[in-house]
Amino acid sequence: MSQATLRIQKISGHAGTAPGAGTQRSLQVCKLVDTTTCIGCKACEVACVEWNSLPFRHTVFENTYQTMPETKWNYWNLIKFNEHEREDGTLMWLMRKDQCMHCADPGCLKACPADGAIVQYDNGIVDFQQANCIGCGYCITGCPFNIPKFNHHTKRVYKCSLCADRVSEGLEPACIKACPTGCLHFGTKEDMLEIAERRAKQLREHSGFANAGVYNPPGVGGTGVVYVLHDATNPEAYGGLPKDPQIPWVVRLWKGPAKWLGNLAIVGGIAAIAVHYLWFGPKRVEQSEGEGRGGQP
Amino acid sequence: MSASRVVSSAGVTGGSNEGILRYTLWERIVHWGAAVTYIYNLITGFAFWSPYLFWGAVIVGGGATARFWHPWVGLVFVVTLLCMYQMWRRDMAPTEADRKWARVMYFYMTNEDEKLPPTGRFNFGQKLFFWAMWYGVIGLLLSGMVMWFNEAIPWSLRGLRYLAVAVHVISALVTIGGFIVHVYMGTALVRGSLTAMISGEASPQWAKGHHRLWYDEAVRGGPAKK
Repeated sequence: MSQATLRIQKISGHAGTAPGAGTQRSLQVCKLVDTTTCIGCKACEVACVEWNSLPFRHTVFENTYQTMPETKWNYWNLIKFNEHEREDGTLMWLMRKDQCMHCADPGCLKACPADGAIVQYDNGIVDFQQANCIGCGYCITGCPFNIPKFNHHTKRVYKCSLCADRVSEGLEPACIKACPTGCLHFGTKEDMLEIAERRAKQLREHSGFANAGVYNPPGVGGTGVVYVLHDATNPEAYGGLPKDPQIPWVVRLWKGPAKWLGNLAIVGGIAAIAVHYLWFGPKRVEQSEGEGRGGQP
Repeated sequence: MSASRVVSSAGVTGGSNEGILRYTLWERIVHWGAAVTYIYNLITGFAFWSPYLFWGAVIVGGGATARFWHPWVGLVFVVTLLCMYQMWRRDMAPTEADRKWARVMYFYMTNEDEKLPPTGRFNFGQKLFFWAMWYGVIGLLLSGMVMWFNEAIPWSLRGLRYLAVAVHVISALVTIGGFIVHVYMGTALVRGSLTAMISGEASPQWAKGHHRLWYDEAVRGGPAKK
């Protein structure tokens, strides 16, 4: 992990490919969240707000331990608290640290029309560059995880950066640093998946969680944040984690075939009128008085 | 129709050669207001549509500025269309004569206008364009309101955001198709149209050649209102 991993491999709204993308091998970074050892202490939430110098925001008490209903433009890391009733009628807490998933195929980046407002680094981090953001909110439409959040004063969109600034200096993200139980891990994607799979196996074989598994959804090409879940067959129970997240098909159509069909129709239309003009020429009415050319009843 | 009266025109002499008032001053103001606002939103909309056209936003002050003004200018465009609707709704209603005209529209495209039945103030093509813009703008307005405040749509209603994107794109493409044909016909194809939309007047020959029924009404003076 170094600044070398912050070479850009994808750029939003960019005419052409990202210069230099894929020219050098580099490691994918990954955050592992083991929901089975999270105690809901919110140290990660505090660390995130502290490190990123996010301003204080008011919240409301809604009969839950959860700090607020969803992440905000200045609250990028939120533990979702869910009381879950098991089949035997007993209750258990499902606590999941919610933040940007850093998708390999990011819907926000695909939807973004502003050149360079969203970039994906070689190391997999998806980062918003507010200086280039135009505030259209297309990223909000493109994201399958409800993560990008709009600031009405700056008219820009914000989200977790996976502490790209720390990672570039060889440090782990602030949330990882603060976690007291070791439920958060940070490293290469390969290593994190290995640890996650081993932990899931342990849960299945020794802890009675027959459905335990790893959440690394293939619909978005895998994610830079992976979860270990007690019940991987029901991720929705963890505060609305989508079972099979995809970039919305409308967004894929809009940014893919629709664009080229639309462009073809527009260019084709202009070409057609040009040909029409050369072929038939202008409509003129005779200037002589009396004998109007067209439209005689 | 208040627009259909004979007015004197500088440079044209002789009773039958007087220019005919084709568009009132207010109609022209509304038309050019619509044109300017539509073209602004076309340029900025194209910038949001494709990275290869993002320079359109740059020339009008940058992406964030374009994003700020696009919806407001769009609202002004909607107001101009409401004015047009109020002014031209009756003139734009398709008639029995239009149906006959539409069946032989091919001759209009091949410039064999003499084979076409006579038309009133607006021909069937102009009416088609008007209603395409009218329904297009309804789609653009409704979907545009969602896209303007898309951060305010709760996650549970996110389907609205997807719907809005689809409707906005389709409506925009419909209006762009109409706009391309409209600009071509108004400037290059039907000579005299652009002048009429600027000065407000058309020559009797032009009126007779392109809008015979309207000409007859205008020359006879004060025909019965439809």
